[in-house]
Amino acid sequence: MNPADDPVRPGPATAIELVVDGRAVPGLAGQTVAGVLLGAGRRTWRSSRSGRPRGVFCGIGVCHDCLVAVNGVDDVRACQRRAADGDVITTTDEPR
Amino acid sequence: MIETPDVLVVGAGPAGLAAAAAARRAGAQVVLLDAAADAGGQYWRHLPAERPAARERILHHGWDRFARLRGQELLADAQVWLVERHDDRPPTVHALVGPADGTAREKRVFAPRALVLATGAYERTLPFPGWDLPGVFTAGAAQALAKAERVAVGRRVVVAGAGPFLLPVAASLVRTGARVLGVLEANPWPRLARAWTARPAELFASRGKAGELAGYVRDLIRHRIPYRAATGVVAAHGDGRVEAVTVARLGPDWAPGTERRIAADAVCVSHGFVPRAELAVAAGCRLDPDGSVHTDAEGRTSVPGVFAAGEITGIGGADLALAEGSVAGTVAAGGADRRGFTGFPARLEAAHGIRPGWTGWLTDDTLVCRCEDVTAGDLRAAAEATGSRGLRSLKLSTRAGLGACQGRVCGRTVEELLNRHTGGLLDPGRTANRPVAALVRLGELAAHHEDHEENA
Ligand SMILES: Cc1cc2nc3c(=O)[nH]c(=O)nc-3n(C[C@H](O)[C@H](O)[C@H](O)COP(=O)(O)OP(=O)(O)OC[C@H]3O[C@@H](n4cnc5c(N)ncnc54)[C@H](O)[C@@H]3O)c2cc1C
Ligand code: FES
Repeated sequence: MNPADDPVRPGPATAIELVVDGRAVPGLAGQTVAGVLLGAGRRTWRSSRSGRPRGVFCGIGVCHDCLVAVNGVDDVRACQRRAADGDVITTTDEPR
Repeated sequence: MIETPDVLVVGAGPAGLAAAAAARRAGAQVVLLDAAADAGGQYWRHLPAERPAARERILHHGWDRFARLRGQELLADAQVWLVERHDDRPPTVHALVGPADGTAREKRVFAPRALVLATGAYERTLPFPGWDLPGVFTAGAAQALAKAERVAVGRRVVVAGAGPFLLPVAASLVRTGARVLGVLEANPWPRLARAWTARPAELFASRGKAGELAGYVRDLIRHRIPYRAATGVVAAHGDGRVEAVTVARLGPDWAPGTERRIAADAVCVSHGFVPRAELAVAAGCRLDPDGSVHTDAEGRTSVPGVFAAGEITGIGGADLALAEGSVAGTVAAGGADRRGFTGFPARLEAAHGIRPGWTGWLTDDTLVCRCEDVTAGDLRAAAEATGSRGLRSLKLSTRAGLGACQGRVCGRTVEELLNRHTGGLLDPGRTANRPVAALVRLGELAAHHEDHEENA
């Protein structure tokens, strides 16, 4: 949520940038890859076997719905992987 | 190199933190590890150190207690992927340490004198038409994203399912800027009242939990969020993402009745929890019929030298996890302690347990296995066509439960549905039996074997 309205009163955070399917997406240091993607308004980034869109479902590493490629390595759970500045994320789905 | 701590604690949630602290107090040399980047588990999932916040405590209960427990040394980002059983000593535990699902993680191997498993639980979500649409989340996902990312899963959100956990989820969503349209509990008021008000003295030990829940109820009132019993989400609709949900009145056995449709862009669902028991199963620990790890009052499992604490031993909330962890940690370190009786888990099940009528909201094309896209109709057709009553063979022929999550999400549901279609499975069994507890890359495994051969 917008830090100015956030009741937890966030302190300063460090901006990072991921490259998602060739496009720069901003995030904050300490976020997961899924957190950055959802924060940027992206809900899905993968398709199931029969082409149904998938993104975050369980949020805790159990369901494997959220897989992405990070720096060329496939099948990384986006909800478990901390994003690092400059990480190159490749999804298998059109943004929606 | 094989490390040999007195006590190895797997999981740094409330139970594991309490176990490690107690074992240290008893003088043991302890290694505490967790797959996550930080301590806290699911209950105290919090903002990363890089994102300090002055009032983070408003998202939490027992924050002071956590502040005391989290000072301990923790081996973070450590995924246990294999537990090797031995006949004459506690199991050997293999962990990979580094960024989640990475390729070149550091291998650590532990042969502890005592092992404490505190791996917690994950949610059980029953399928309904449209539950794989983007915008349907587990309630835990909404909670994790709110607490650790400050991301709200939607603007207009419905929270539905069964159990007291729906309340903190609604509270966090509101504090993350979402509008919560309602909290829908599937069970009816009479059942809730009967289970929670009988023999109140038994619940004395859980009074902290009662205070916490009362706080959430005040939150609902303050934010004018309706709480409805005997109600559930039975379908989600939308073109590529959730745009509306169908909400139905549910009978006492959860059979769906009168429906209405409401516009929403997200729905968070939780029908209960499943113990994360795979490491315990790999260690050879006996399970109770409900799938939780069997322990005695000192936290011992059926395997000598292996202890279990927290929600892998039964679903009872964070206070109970802390108490169990403290007992198991003390005893694992060679001290003496035992836990008192608490009626909380039994009440939870009596009040909020899943009832069989839920299959009334399934349609033939409702997805059951999200990984392999297997529908409820596929399962029934396979049972009818083959006449088989074997869970294993029916799973193989439909591929249900054999995808990337290894049946963690749909396992129990597949088993229940097939049990009905076949008139009783011949080989029912919990689906927690997974030889490798986490997906590991073949390259990492190969490297692991080379290491072992070098050492041999
Ligand atoms: C997503 C989610 C959110 C929840 N939020 C709340 C809440 O806000 N309020 C509430 O009252 N209850 C909540 N619960 C219920 C919660 O399970 C308990 O209240 C409490 O966290 C249980 O404590 P525990 O120590 O038993 O397990 P957990 O807190 O679940 O801790 C288990 C730990 O073990 C680690 N682990 C598991 N497997 C491995 C492995 N193979 N290798 C290494 N580490 C491993 C996990 O990373 C985790 O940190 C939530 C549950 C879930 C699933
Ligand atoms: S959302 Fe389930 S594993 Fe990431």
